[in-house]
Amino acid sequence: MPSVSMTVNGKAVTGEVEGRTLLVEFLRQNLNLTGTHVGCDTSQCGACVVHVNGKSIKACTTLAVQAEGAEIITIEGMATNGDLHPIQAAFKEHHGLQCGFCTPGMVMSAADLLQRNSNPSEPEVREWLEGNICRCTGYQNIVKAIQAAAQAMRG
Amino acid sequence: MAETGIGASVRRKEDNRFLTGKGRYTDDINRLGQAYAYFLLSPHARAKINGIDTGAAKQAPGVLGVFTAADLAADGVGGPICGWVVTQKNGEPHKSPAVSALASDRVNYVGEQVAVVVAETLTQAKDAAELIEVDYEPQQAVTKMKASLAKGAPQLHDDVPGNLCFDWEIGDKAAADAAFAKAHHVTKIDILNNRLIPNALEPRAAIGEYDSGTDSSTLYTTSQNPHVARLVLAAFMGLGPENKLRVVAPDVGGGFGSKIYVYRDEIVTLWAAKKLGRPVKWTAERSASFLNDAHGRDHDTHAELAVDKDGNFLGLRVSTLANVGAHNQIFSTATPSYLYGCLLAGQYKTPAVYGEVKTVFTNTAPVDAYRGAGRPEATFVVERLVEKTAREMGIDRTELRRRNFIQPEQFPYQTPCLVQYDSGDFPLLLNRGMEVIDYAGFPARRQASASRGKLRGLGLSCWVEACGLAPSAVVGALGGGVGQWESANIKFNPTGSVTVFTGSHSHGQGHETVFAQIVSEHLGIPVESVEVVHGDTAVVPFGMGTYGSRSGPVGGGAVYKAAQKIVEKGRKIAAHLFEASVEDVEYANGTYSVAGTDKTKTMAEIAFAAYVPHNYPLDELEPGLDETSFFDPMNFTFPSGAYFAEVEVDPDTGQVTILDMVGIDDVGTVMNPMIVTGQLHGGFAQGIGQALYEQCVYDDDGQLLTGSLMDYCMPRADNLPSFKTEETNQPCPHNPLGVKGCGEAGAIGSPAAMLNAVVDAIGVDIDMPATPEKVWRALQSRAQAAE
Amino acid sequence: MYDFNYHRPKSIDEALSALSSASDGKLMGGGQTLLPTLKQRLASPSDVVDLSAISELSGITEQGGAIVIGAGTCHAEVAGNASVQSKIPALAALAEGIGDPQVRNRGTIGGSIANNDPAADYPAALVGLGATVKTNMREVAADDFFTGMFETALADDEIVTAVSFPVPEKAGYAKFPNPASRYAIVGVMASKGPAGVRVAVTGAGQGGVFRVSAMETALAGHFSAEALTGVSVPADDLNADLHASAEYRAHLVGVMAKRAVDAAG
Repeated sequence: MPSVSMTVNGKAVTGEVEGRTLLVEFLRQNLNLTGTHVGCDTSQCGACVVHVNGKSIKACTTLAVQAEGAEIITIEGMATNGDLHPIQAAFKEHHGLQCGFCTPGMVMSAADLLQRNSNPSEPEVREWLEGNICRCTGYQNIVKAIQAAAQAMRG
Repeated sequence: MAETGIGASVRRKEDNRFLTGKGRYTDDINRLGQAYAYFLLSPHARAKINGIDTGAAKQAPGVLGVFTAADLAADGVGGPICGWVVTQKNGEPHKSPAVSALASDRVNYVGEQVAVVVAETLTQAKDAAELIEVDYEPQQAVTKMKASLAKGAPQLHDDVPGNLCFDWEIGDKAAADAAFAKAHHVTKIDILNNRLIPNALEPRAAIGEYDSGTDSSTLYTTSQNPHVARLVLAAFMGLGPENKLRVVAPDVGGGFGSKIYVYRDEIVTLWAAKKLGRPVKWTAERSASFLNDAHGRDHDTHAELAVDKDGNFLGLRVSTLANVGAHNQIFSTATPSYLYGCLLAGQYKTPAVYGEVKTVFTNTAPVDAYRGAGRPEATFVVERLVEKTAREMGIDRTELRRRNFIQPEQFPYQTPCLVQYDSGDFPLLLNRGMEVIDYAGFPARRQASASRGKLRGLGLSCWVEACGLAPSAVVGALGGGVGQWESANIKFNPTGSVTVFTGSHSHGQGHETVFAQIVSEHLGIPVESVEVVHGDTAVVPFGMGTYGSRSGPVGGGAVYKAAQKIVEKGRKIAAHLFEASVEDVEYANGTYSVAGTDKTKTMAEIAFAAYVPHNYPLDELEPGLDETSFFDPMNFTFPSGAYFAEVEVDPDTGQVTILDMVGIDDVGTVMNPMIVTGQLHGGFAQGIGQALYEQCVYDDDGQLLTGSLMDYCMPRADNLPSFKTEETNQPCPHNPLGVKGCGEAGAIGSPAAMLNAVVDAIGVDIDMPATPEKVWRALQSRAQAAE
Repeated sequence: MYDFNYHRPKSIDEALSALSSASDGKLMGGGQTLLPTLKQRLASPSDVVDLSAISELSGITEQGGAIVIGAGTCHAEVAGNASVQSKIPALAALAEGIGDPQVRNRGTIGGSIANNDPAADYPAALVGLGATVKTNMREVAADDFFTGMFETALADDEIVTAVSFPVPEKAGYAKFPNPASRYAIVGVMASKGPAGVRVAVTGAGQGGVFRVSAMETALAGHFSAEALTGVSVPADDLNADLHASAEYRAHLVGVMAKRAVDAAG
């Protein structure tokens, strides 16, 4: 079995995996980081979005071995010292979540957007979320939350 | 308590765990020694099973067991059940074929569970499943309702001749026929209500566990109603008794009806855990969810409206075929009958209404309640028909509706369809909606679109629904198999904090916040000091769960009533401490007092006294401050609304763009406006999904053509506009909170508004979903007709 | 997914060696198509050779009158690259419309064209712009590269290293996406430049990307949307599925071609 090492939320981790082990399986099963979810098997829903070397990707469509040596950030790595990240805080403030299942992927996807575009328009946010499906909210409050977070992060 | 009590947009108490990845969904749970189940699914829509050879699979690495229907039969394990007996026109009960938890001698749809492999790892289970040899004898399938009812059609079940589940009617046929005989104008319409796949984002999952020391079992599962699941598993599947079975529905990632039912995979997972003496975990893959989660809708309807020369509705006749799929489930008979037919009067005082429904078995996945369950279908029939009538008679659609509305002073209003509407103000909803959408300005906007080569349309839907499922007596009289109350237990802790146990279940609705608000408001303690617990039969007294928009009106009502019991007991304790008579003790905002004195005690002080009863009327009163209430209201609730949609169609491609969506709702008293608005948004998205994007399609051989998110179009952020919502809110008169329910409203009212807008834009009737090609073809046919 | 041996070579030579020693090896670019295929158990390679660590495959350069994009360059990089945006904005826009942001962060141009999904966007870009595919063995004109649905001119031991796009005078891309998968139901790249006037269609053809000579002839006279009026493609050999019939696709080819020309300015 190949061994894989990477940094997850700032911590160095190593694990035994198969070649076929997906990154999301490694996170959920080996590391017990169950905040990253699996909502589909065709790379459409985005519940599994994490950051690899600063970019958002779908952890269900990445092998664990492909992340060798990479810096991974998951939803568990977003809050610092118990304080919600501004995007997390904005989702709470603007009711950008209901059942919570898509939420980790939404937050991670939004974080990638805001590092590229610090002041996205509503259409820009909506287009960016093409790879994230939410069945509960109708997206309106998610969009509102992301724009509010952008404003908060611009200061 | 204004900041945290009823009516405040309290931010959700549950959000922090979801936002930080600490939610605990079923698949996040791992039990010591856990094995993994994988189900072999039928690739055929209809086949005889001549034999199943599991020999090679049993020998595969890591395999602990391979089981088929024969193993379940040997242990007397039952299959899915139907929870509602519908009495047919001929007085007989509906047909409910016997179904086992794994297919036995035949399969009736693609994706039906045939065998299960349990292995040390999921991969081993999956690998071994490929080694199972099933000797299928494929047979001609039937997926369309009319074909299934035809003479000589393939027969799905030996005990259901003609594939007819029931032939049912509602209303007065003679009265309706008489109305049509004197009609000035009759509008006729044929409507397909497209079949949908619920697609809650969390796939279903289950973990079964058995403790031989206590001979008891636990099932962790993605359920909207864990107590009902326990009841059904114990009473019908042989997996009880109830006091030896614990069902836990932890965080659940959306339900929309699809997680009400007790599915085959849950039954088998629980049974296998005991059989093998190991915890067994099963999680659906999305592609399997498409195949065997319960689907929704799928009606084929002909409807007619009789109108006099002034546009007054005289009579309505509706004839519907409803697909129930391969076999019945818990609500699959109630949904296309009572939950549909009772709403055919809509917001109108049409004096005579007659509806008849035939439900049909086909070689497709079971169809059952999905967000709205029958009421979106009824609304769609009525509001498409009304809109068409307005067009045919040349009467403005708002004016035609206005002429026929049940008026505010007519409530309570007995409809010709069994139910008695309790309250509402339909003209108010319409008027406000017209203002918000700027109805008067539409012709100019349409002109502006035309100048850009686009076709603009406006559509509306004025709807009413019955929800807050309850009352038990009515439900029982109509054939329902269970009670429809809800329970709540409020437990004061000695140090002043409160734990609330509710039989409702939150899978996105925010009970942990809203129920805490009710307690905060009535017991005068901060919302932060209230913890709401749900979803575990081992700790919650009992519950009927969450569906039919019942948590607020029924579950919330139970919380309120339990809080009142707390107040009354506290009053007696306070009277003792004040050395006053109970009648003289006043209670307000968490404080007891005696009028005309400076004596006061807070609720926290009373709670302490109740648990530390050193100075306490022990001869009259038990210690402790812990009250339970079961609430069973006397009627359904009747939310209503007026929805407006405005769209633009690109005639070159047929693409529909939503420009505006306005929803004016009467959902009764609003306990948390932020949450109510969120529920409405979500309902709009699902209703718009039905109108424009979503469709479940089987081919004639019963293969599912929309078997993944690559082909089944879920609405994304860039498909939807920002919605405009307002509430008018006439309190419900027969529950203590005045709440009507808001979970399904958006999905009930929006499909008709959206499709009416598309039809208004293109000038031709079309079916949902209004996909680009369908719209383009409709425009081509209109152009040809004009030539 | 069936298990496989995983290789992550640092050079093309290492990749070729891993491939040749495998009984049934498969090259992987970003894996955005391959991994979903493997997850569905629709393929069972003995070895997967991941090309993502080969530095010589990545990067975007301007060479003469062409933009050369390394095969390992992901869609997001193409979309965001300043040279591509200024010299061939239609290509940047096309890349920006592939999949979703997360797919664009991993999916590569080399992987996309080697897979040659008939509904993928890049084949239209390559053929519509008259690009040249560079491999470890040779250079192949785009017209000769795509040979049929999921088929290319690549030999078993051939690896795409880069794609060279001649900078056009003008070019535009218009796509009508599948509402669910967001792949192209019809995508049209129209251009005028060193490779002549080109109209390439993806999503519609049963054999994958194809050129529409009647439209190219019309546009050669006058490169304007009006020039395409009355020029249509027959529906005979077009794809038909749940989302679009062949007849509708044929119609959309006309509409998208006009929009592509309009977008070209």
